[in-house]
Amino acid sequence: MNGLDALLVAAGAAVGAPVRYLASHTVRELGGTPPAGTLVVNVVGSLVLGLLAGGGSTGWPLALVGIGFCGALTTFSTLALELWDAMADGRPHHAVANVALSLGLGLGAASLGWALAAG
Amino acid sequence: MVEPGTVVEPVVLAAVALGGVVGSLGRYAVGLAVPQPADGFPSATLLVNVTGAFAMGLLVAFLVDRPGSHRLARPFVGVGMLGGWTTFSALAVEVVALATVDRVQVALLYVGATFLLGTLAVPAGAVVGQRIWPGP
Repeated sequence: MNGLDALLVAAGAAVGAPVRYLASHTVRELGGTPPAGTLVVNVVGSLVLGLLAGGGSTGWPLALVGIGFCGALTTFSTLALELWDAMADGRPHHAVANVALSLGLGLGAASLGWALAAG
Repeated sequence: MVEPGTVVEPVVLAAVALGGVVGSLGRYAVGLAVPQPADGFPSATLLVNVTGAFAMGLLVAFLVDRPGSHRLARPFVGVGMLGGWTTFSALAVEVVALATVDRVQVALLYVGATFLLGTLAVPAGAVVGQRIWPGP
């Protein structure tokens, strides 16, 4: 493990994780549901990582912004919990809609970022 | 996780940040330990996402019916550590990367496996958690 890269990942994550919490809080304050907050951070993080990957970023920008910030800004564990909660509560249509929106908007954002950076 | 109308406490944000650092360093270490060829199956991300979902089920089983749990337990472990350990951005970009090299079948298998195994890992973790901590 490269010590400097690990430090950069840690620094990016120290920002990304609380930003996810604050974004989720803000979406709730604006009347959105918790899954809407998760969707927002996941789509934004996918766009930013798409820009980095499409531009061929390696080294410190990838460690700090990609693996650290985007990795911590986005989440799968909370998304999986929301999907299972919807299934267990008898709201399978909510789970299907969440998967469709997460994949549609998330993959769309990643490919948009990739295409913009790759030129 | 955050009730509307509440103020975000700095100590909660600090717990989320610290947990996020721990979880993200773990994810970074898994990425180094499980090499991922550009045109291959992204097993490192699948591994962290499915295990993180399982751990989320464990955490929920532990916290349920435990109003006396430390109030920073969920921000530190759930939002911070597991949020940092798992990722969605890598999943999205890996799928795009696979599509750009015409590995569409691998991309579909990867997405399907992540969502199926990840969603089922939550109740699996909850069942295991209920056995470990039968409740007060």
